[in-house]
Amino acid sequence: MSTGPQSETYSRRTLVALMEDKPGVLSNVSNLFRRRNYNIESLTVGHSETPGISRMTVVVNANDAVVEQVIKQLHKLISVTKVTDITDDVAVIRELALIKVHCTSSTRGEIKQLVDIFRAQIIDVSPESMTVEITGTEDKVDSLVNMLRPFGLKEMARTGRVAMSRGATNTNDSD
Amino acid sequence: MKLNGAQILWECLVREGVDVVFGITGGAIMPVYHELPNYPVRHVTMRHEQAAAHAADGYARATGKVGVCMSTSGPGATNLVTGIATAAMDSSPIVAITGQVSTSVLGSDSFQETDITGITMPITKHNYLVTDIGDLARAVKEAFYIASSGRPGPVLIDIAKDVQLAETEFEYPAEVNLPGFKPHLHGNARQIRQAALMINQAKEPLLIAGRGIIISRASAELRELAEKAQIPVVTTLLGKSSLPETHPLCLGMGGMHGEAFTNYALQTADLIVGIGTRFDDRLTSTAETFAPKAKVIHIDIDPAEIGKRVRVDLPIVGDARNVLSQLLPLVESGGHPDWIERIEEWRAEARARDVVWQESDALLPQYVIRSIWEVTKGDALMVSDVGQNQMWEAQYYLHQRPCSLISSGGLGTMGFAVPAAIGAAVGCPERDVWVVAGDGGFQMTCQELATIVQEGLPIKINLLNNGYLGMVRQWQELFFQKNYSGTPISGPDFAKFAQAYGIHGITVEKRGEVTEALRQAQAMDAPVLIDFRIEREHNVLPMVPSGEPIDKMIRRPAVRH
Repeated sequence: MSTGPQSETYSRRTLVALMEDKPGVLSNVSNLFRRRNYNIESLTVGHSETPGISRMTVVVNANDAVVEQVIKQLHKLISVTKVTDITDDVAVIRELALIKVHCTSSTRGEIKQLVDIFRAQIIDVSPESMTVEITGTEDKVDSLVNMLRPFGLKEMARTGRVAMSRGATNTNDSD
Repeated sequence: MKLNGAQILWECLVREGVDVVFGITGGAIMPVYHELPNYPVRHVTMRHEQAAAHAADGYARATGKVGVCMSTSGPGATNLVTGIATAAMDSSPIVAITGQVSTSVLGSDSFQETDITGITMPITKHNYLVTDIGDLARAVKEAFYIASSGRPGPVLIDIAKDVQLAETEFEYPAEVNLPGFKPHLHGNARQIRQAALMINQAKEPLLIAGRGIIISRASAELRELAEKAQIPVVTTLLGKSSLPETHPLCLGMGGMHGEAFTNYALQTADLIVGIGTRFDDRLTSTAETFAPKAKVIHIDIDPAEIGKRVRVDLPIVGDARNVLSQLLPLVESGGHPDWIERIEEWRAEARARDVVWQESDALLPQYVIRSIWEVTKGDALMVSDVGQNQMWEAQYYLHQRPCSLISSGGLGTMGFAVPAAIGAAVGCPERDVWVVAGDGGFQMTCQELATIVQEGLPIKINLLNNGYLGMVRQWQELFFQKNYSGTPISGPDFAKFAQAYGIHGITVEKRGEVTEALRQAQAMDAPVLIDFRIEREHNVLPMVPSGEPIDKMIRRPAVRH
């Protein structure tokens, strides 16, 4: 017997977890991923619609058996109230990035054009740099980053993936 | 009425039914100890905090109640860590209470400060750092609920010293509200019907009884199921004593040091029903080679255990006793005479090989354990340490009563036995508590002989003394070219060592002296230590080499003709 065929492909799974907003909860969750040897691609946390409850979106690289264990192990943490795998749901997935790019008077116009094409925004300008804000799928953010890289990236901050099921379904509906 | 934090803690503990605490005081827990004499709680002062945690664990395993240990901050708290990890691996309900430095200096590396909630996060079910007096009562209430509900385990409460002194109105919460903790206690009816169908159709079924049977007190239901459907029972190390081990359907412990007939049965079975077991690697060896022909039904209260190590055909999440009670009426009375006969042939062959210890004139450990079994009529509360001594106990002491073996299974903590026996003896004064330990593990916590004498506990300590860290020496002999690196150990004259503490000490060097020494120990209403100077280089067999399927064993030598 085995825990599952090893040939089974690993893929990116998006999980949404709700947890009590208390000291130590985030480190407990991140500690779990490390000690159980799970592979996290991104992890974001913020407030949910319920006061006192935080919402975490975590992207793991896993097969079916591993993702099942991740969900069960997250559930075992007393402060975690709900875990949902929304990988196969119809979901809105977004990431926000702030990108500070080097510019001169001669490149400023070209950068502005690229930013417009991506429907991003310029939120700060200085004589030698522009700061761009973009929201979208990770692919879209990657594409803009690739386009801006030749101008010289000075600084970048990406939030990682946040996700929500489309329509009337609530990710935090109880089972 | 206004109470301070220390008083609130004791009020809560008394309300949770705590009447004994194992601990050591110190600077950051002094306010709590200052109030202790005002409450009806026995405090067992240990000699090391690790032992306090093991004692709370032993108490919990013996009684089924939550065990409580207590220490100060910093080194007191870190010394608990091995004991907490031991309890976590074996699902033992303990609550560890630690003092913490005052909130005004918390986080400044002040004297005896350590982040014990951070340190114990991965080895507790949950933990609390209490920095506000208003949170204390609820933290204690929740801690006991979490420790003892669902799959039991350790919970730690770290209380800042100024919180112990702060005052507030005391109100004990009537109930807990933990939206993230709702154990499933009853099995799903459809899955149970399916399980009954699979059991009724199986030709060569086996039950595997793990510690879940002991924890949920499901021995009667297990026995009823085994007898009704005529299914043999294999146990894990911690599942030993689930079923009387002289019962014809009991095949004893399987796995790395399981009997050959037990492992053959596991590898041949067409259906395995695992109840309250983790399918740990000491039982299965590599998961891929375990029970290759079997469909697997896995009954466990912890959903995360299902599918963690072995492929499961039918999961049932629930408390073992509930699920077995639900299952029993649906299972048909029947028999598997051919299957049982086949196992009995394997058993007879294995028994015929097991003669060296019976015929030898040397002082062999198997003979010592079997003699303890005879003298105690299989009815003692046995506490074994870790290593060869633990495996010989498991192979040769046939437990008659449920919940009569306490041992560190998952973590394999050497030094566990003596302090765990203290907890067991305090919790069950009516039981005869017998320790089996090696000279290595014993020397890791032997300072606790002082606690045994101080508390007047009539524990019988049996040392299988071979002057080695024996299990590692055995591996070195078999797999590391007899390179005995780091394994030979010296020790004191253990009988004299015991006598220095005021404990009766006996040295046994010959086979003929064994029974007399045991009877002498049994007759004394006082602690006794017997130093059995056993054959030095004797191996635990059978043995499954690491990574091999469990039927590829190094067997006991065949009978000499």
